[in-house]
Amino acid sequence: MTDATSIPAAPEDGRRKSSLRTLDARTRRRNAAEKRFRFYGLAAILVGLFFLVVLGVTIVRSGLPAFTQTVVSIDFTLSEEDYAKAEGQLFKTKAYEQIFNAALVTSLEERGVEAEFDAKAINRIMGKPGATIREHFRANEGDLGTPVQFELSAASRVDGYFKGRVTRDGFVDSRFLQASDLDLVDALAEAGIIRQAFNWNFITGADSGVDNPGGAGIGASVVGSFFMMLVVLFLSLPIGVAASIYLEEFAPQNRFTDLIEVNISNLAAVPSIVFGILGLAVFIQFMHLPQSAPLVGGLVLTLMTLPTIIISTRASLKAVPPSIRDAALGLGASKMQSVLHHVLPLAMPGILTGTIIGLAQALGETAPLLLIGMVGFVARGYPDGFIAGFTEPNSAMPAQIYTWAARADVGFYEKAWGGIIVLLLFLLTMNIIAIILRRRFERRW
Amino acid sequence: MPLLWLIVAVLVVSGAGYVLGRSRAVAQAGGDTRALHSLPFYYGANVFLKIVVPAFGLLILWLLIQPLVVDRVVSGTIPADEVREGSSIGLVMAEVTRTAKGMTNAVAEGALSADALRDGSMDPEEVTQALKDAGQVVTSTLTAPIIEAAQLRNRMSATGSVIMSVVVMLAALAGLVWGVRESAPAFRARNVVEQGIRVMLIGAASIAVLTTIGIVLSLVFNTVEFFRLYPASQFFFGLEWAPSFSGRGGASDLGVLPLLWGTLYISLVALAVAVPIGLFAAVYLSEYASPRMRAVAKPLLEVLAGIPTIVYGLFALLTVGPLLVSVFGDGGMLGVSWQGGGRAVMTAGIVMGIMLIPFVSSLSDDIINAVPQAMRDGSYGLGATRSETIKQVVLPAALPGIVGAILLAASRAIGETMIVVLGAGAAARLSLNPFEAMTTVTAKIVSQLTGDSDFASPEALVAFALGMTLFVLTLGLNVLALYIVRKYREQYD
Repeated sequence: MTDATSIPAAPEDGRRKSSLRTLDARTRRRNAAEKRFRFYGLAAILVGLFFLVVLGVTIVRSGLPAFTQTVVSIDFTLSEEDYAKAEGQLFKTKAYEQIFNAALVTSLEERGVEAEFDAKAINRIMGKPGATIREHFRANEGDLGTPVQFELSAASRVDGYFKGRVTRDGFVDSRFLQASDLDLVDALAEAGIIRQAFNWNFITGADSGVDNPGGAGIGASVVGSFFMMLVVLFLSLPIGVAASIYLEEFAPQNRFTDLIEVNISNLAAVPSIVFGILGLAVFIQFMHLPQSAPLVGGLVLTLMTLPTIIISTRASLKAVPPSIRDAALGLGASKMQSVLHHVLPLAMPGILTGTIIGLAQALGETAPLLLIGMVGFVARGYPDGFIAGFTEPNSAMPAQIYTWAARADVGFYEKAWGGIIVLLLFLLTMNIIAIILRRRFERRW
Repeated sequence: MPLLWLIVAVLVVSGAGYVLGRSRAVAQAGGDTRALHSLPFYYGANVFLKIVVPAFGLLILWLLIQPLVVDRVVSGTIPADEVREGSSIGLVMAEVTRTAKGMTNAVAEGALSADALRDGSMDPEEVTQALKDAGQVVTSTLTAPIIEAAQLRNRMSATGSVIMSVVVMLAALAGLVWGVRESAPAFRARNVVEQGIRVMLIGAASIAVLTTIGIVLSLVFNTVEFFRLYPASQFFFGLEWAPSFSGRGGASDLGVLPLLWGTLYISLVALAVAVPIGLFAAVYLSEYASPRMRAVAKPLLEVLAGIPTIVYGLFALLTVGPLLVSVFGDGGMLGVSWQGGGRAVMTAGIVMGIMLIPFVSSLSDDIINAVPQAMRDGSYGLGATRSETIKQVVLPAALPGIVGAILLAASRAIGETMIVVLGAGAAARLSLNPFEAMTTVTAKIVSQLTGDSDFASPEALVAFALGMTLFVLTLGLNVLALYIVRKYREQYD
């Protein structure tokens, strides 16, 4: 290396082309390109995260109003004669409504509410209180003649006024609501008679008809989803684990095994709607299982989640080191014993994590449910019992959200967003459980 | 619930079988378990399996086959003139089924007397009225043959389930005797049980194959049925999609091309959103991001993939659609009136693109990470900057994998349903304007199969042909993608 000095020195006449200290134009250009490229990448991530934030904000902002409801809280006394009279009528709830509204008018006049109003305005402001009142007095006849405090939901447009869906500018009088009614509503709100309350009915209630967005609740479809998830859990976990054990531990290298493997990876990518077609053709047309039943939904979703569960289960079986198997075999266990007694328990946390994630996926899936008739079915009540929960028609959360989104009344959109919040809360809970499981039991060998 | 009781009974017998088998083996060995071939558990398990497997197998088979047989016999008794003009035997059978269920319920509630039904002393109007009074769904006035058929159906189902209970219990008891008699110390119980478990494992693994067969068969049968009613050439090359709404008009145009065009157009828009964002994000995450940023940004991006598609559908319908209209619509911010309504190709495409970002980014990220570090080092050593290395070395090396990832994303886009059902519109159009409403294959499958359509009409059956098209398309894309990815992986492993 003594020749190193023989490298020709830089020409001294100042014709030096470049220096490490000052950047030439080309290097500057390359560095700028580098920066630009880096910026594009960062921008892409930020755009993705921006979409996530927008989605989240939209959901929360549009969905939260579904959890509150405008209620009219008022003391109301029903005399025994009125009760007898109303029960004697042909349209009983209508009769109750009339009695109640008349009582409300007198009570407001006594209080001296500062707004013009008449019985018709009250009628427009109130929702349909008749049924609630009737049910209460039929169940508690002892309350007749004594004041009872009622919290009755206001009409859906009044609800919209409170939540900003209906505004004063550009308001057009209709037979549902008139501009003068809004003054009355304001006055009532000031007097504390109309206020916002938490909407328990949205969480526990069932779907209402197409004309009553205020009364719609997601409770019944949560129950439907629950029964579906039971089916999925009790079928896909054992079948998925069994299939994975076979493929990972026992399957010989042959054509049949290849066939199974190819099928599993292909099924994982088949569009979910195709599973809906399968469910319609096989479970409903061929096997004559009841339409819209959570049982059928569960079966279809089981077939759909199986590939996911098998793939994750195989990964966790593979993660158990071979030394465990060798040790068991060395102590005289059979192959089956080594797998069932040692490998499977060690892989169980991973399997459960994968199963929960698969269940979460199934819970949010909508398209196959559309085809087996879970849409269009108005889930008006809870199933009658445990078996009925599987076989009686019901809706499921995503199907219910779709049904609401497809209805014409704008009031249902709010319910759809609210339903999404409930659905996402369930998904979040499941994913958090999966993460905790993974954190707590994950083992590095 | 007799079925439930039957299951409970079989389980009780099998429990007893377990105890009997185990104790008999132990007793024969004189209480010394070392004299047994297998652990005592296996003798019990052997009996248990021999009871449960045949009994439940029979039960499931019977439950599947009995309704088919009953329907066949019952539909044979319906006279031909009972099938009215414009109706079909399927509709009549549906009426029979409804009536039969209504009768069972009405008798259970006491609204109808079983004796009166049996001796035929009630005329059809009375039965109809009684059923309606009991709150059962009956569409119109029932005729005598339908009532007879319904009663036959009920009778056959009742006898069928009695016979089934007897047969299943006999199978369980036979299994009990067989298993218990086998329980002797020399019997290789463990081998037998393990063999049985193994067969069950194979059975579980074959469900994937069965599912595929089920999908293919249900698509093929109905598609063939459809092509018998509607010419295949008009389906594949027809430029019009206009199903008649009566369902039986026969004057429907069911060309698939407008739907395919809508599907591809929306998928193209989606990929135009997802591929650049996803790819740049993947490059940044794998090449530039610090481990901490990666740990935060990657899971957050993947949240986008975990959100149910119904959420995206609603987002498209209620947020993105109106937003686009306020920009591109009449009196919008740009002063152009390109977009008429919220539902459009752009609406669905953009939202679907957002959904696909994590697909592209995660898959590409994995693939870029799989490019060996030595290749990068070589490039750096020659004086290339990072971006030059990425553009000229890493991306070309990862290209096959990235193409695979994009193809997988495309197959997702083609098969996506909820976003297009809610965001893309219902009108089938062959148009180039991305602000117009178009519809897709998946959206039409949903609209043709929901509602009270008659499954025998071409308007309903076309959904299966559409499903077949969809299945073949996505399968082709997936196979191609997997092939490309796999081929690429072989180079560096």
